Amino acid sequence: MQTYLDFEKPVAELEGKIEELRHVSDGSGVNIVEEVDRLKAKADRLLRSTYAKLTPWQKAQVARHPERPHFSDVVKAVVEDFTPLAGDRRFAEDVALAGGLGRVGGRAVMLIGHEKGSDTEGRVRHNFGMARPEGYRKAMRLMRLAERFGLPVVSLVDTPGAFPGIDAEERGQAEAIARCIQTGLSLRVPFVAAIVGEGGSGGAIALATADRVIMFEHAIYSVISPEGCASILWRDGAHAAEAAEALKLTAQDLQRLGLIDRIVPEPLGGAQRDPAAAAKSLAQAIGAALAELDGLAPDDLVARRGEKFLAMGRTGLG
Amino acid sequence: MSWLTNFVRPRIRALVRKDNGGNNLWHKCPACERMIFHRDLDAANAVCPHCDHHMPIKPARRLALLLDEGGWERVEVPAVPVDPLRFRDRKRYGDRLKEAQTETEEKDAVIVVQGRLDGRPVVVAAFNFGFIGGSMGIAVGEAILAAANRAVTQRAPLIVITASGGARMQEGALSLMQMPRTTIAVDQVKAAGLPYIVVMTHPTTGGVTASFAMLGDIAMAEPGAIIGFAGARVIEETIGQALPKGFQRAEYLLDHGMLDMVVHRRDLRDRLIRVLGLLTAGRRAEGAPATAMAALPAPASA
Ligand SMILES: [Zn+2]
Repeated sequence: MQTYLDFEKPVAELEGKIEELRHVSDGSGVNIVEEVDRLKAKADRLLRSTYAKLTPWQKAQVARHPERPHFSDVVKAVVEDFTPLAGDRRFAEDVALAGGLGRVGGRAVMLIGHEKGSDTEGRVRHNFGMARPEGYRKAMRLMRLAERFGLPVVSLVDTPGAFPGIDAEERGQAEAIARCIQTGLSLRVPFVAAIVGEGGSGGAIALATADRVIMFEHAIYSVISPEGCASILWRDGAHAAEAAEALKLTAQDLQRLGLIDRIVPEPLGGAQRDPAAAAKSLAQAIGAALAELDGLAPDDLVARRGEKFLAMGRTGLG
Repeated sequence: MSWLTNFVRPRIRALVRKDNGGNNLWHKCPACERMIFHRDLDAANAVCPHCDHHMPIKPARRLALLLDEGGWERVEVPAVPVDPLRFRDRKRYGDRLKEAQTETEEKDAVIVVQGRLDGRPVVVAAFNFGFIGGSMGIAVGEAILAAANRAVTQRAPLIVITASGGARMQEGALSLMQMPRTTIAVDQVKAAGLPYIVVMTHPTTGGVTASFAMLGDIAMAEPGAIIGFAGARVIEETIGQALPKGFQRAEYLLDHGMLDMVVHRRDLRDRLIRVLGLLTAGRRAEGAPATAMAALPAPASA
């Protein structure tokens, strides 16, 4: 069953009506195909117009939609020969941050990314995509492994942020994120990062110091959650919508600021309405980004990646 | 502590307060709550003479404490776009910036100087927590980059003294991007074979900790400094349990392997001198030109 967001209520009503009609037609044999088609067209128009002008706060809700494709969904839909790899070789396996070898569009790559989980049990097991230090240390290990074998690294970013917990702090959350950033910046193989849902703060940038940063059309990427920002700067979490607006956290804003390279189109009504199609769109964009990096020498990759981040905020603002 | 400092002065303070309201002659230690006469506090460089609690000091004071007398030079930090997002919460970010600038007489939260430490050229970047909580936006990123660049061109060690609440959220994702940018900066220093030393002071949290601050060749901290990634309140709210005693304090990080040493403020200069002397006594340092500071005036004390 489709989970509707608050602002999707009119769509929910129309689609509910369509379902009812279908149900009625099943039993009575009355031909109402035309009416269903008419309502469907209306629902599509409504979805299109709603999604064409989502506010940043609405985008935050779409980005966190429970039915959006997560790491494992993307893997199922578009990665061949996926072979999960586990553990940081220091402390533990952190299933909030998945990783493994596989093929995207025929190209062998190392995939790493946050996994939020898809049902209540899964969400708890994956800690809602909030990785601990061992998650980031695993990511580093896999990046270096990829480098050793000349494989590109592809990351899927989807996290509310790094896990705020006693254990995470004890084991050096800050150091793990810092080293992960450093590792990503120094990688001598192509590195593409995709912000697929929620790009939350330090936990997100740890996996996003890439040659190409691409982002789903309705994903968000921010230094702090709108709620967190509102509770600090407005002293009231209820101002989250205003904070979302002010933070410029949408893909469209970030592209204007020169902080991401490409926006990946989502199916009508958001990736959550057709996760498989969304994953295909993503795989295509990843393939295109990797193709742009083909043939670059390792030294050039590292140098250009560094220059790209150094240029941020210096040029192209506005 | 003497009877005089422990008892008589607080008594006097109480009397004085009654007589004429606020004055600045006496300070109350936020840790032990005892009163400290302003001259005593000043002489101890804002460390409580009763309990050793380290209170914040301004960057200028910090530099005076660390560096050889005289012969410093400010390192220019390139101008940055002001309020790139035109951010406004209950207040305009532009106004917050102006207020902080007026109050601190600085452009942003980090100042960079080139000076000498026991005669040795060093570059120091020092955070001012009083400037919007020492938060890291584009200007702080550029300051760390400028400091790293100066260290590399002068073949001088880089010392960064942190005090920051984390990212400057009024600059949105641009502030998040300072994490990779400052990482690139300190990696340039390391690649040049130069020492990069971090001195973490109270508090050092968020994106500052999770980037260049945790990448020092040597990681030092002042006693009692809060150092961490997530804020204590956020952690408490998330896990719904009380935090252990001393959580995220410098000593706690030392116990958990995240720091090399916790150094009392009065010992910091000597410790830096010793560490730098030892680090650069190896093979790498031999090739470094000794004339790097030729353009600077000789230390006044020499
Ligand atoms: Zn005290």
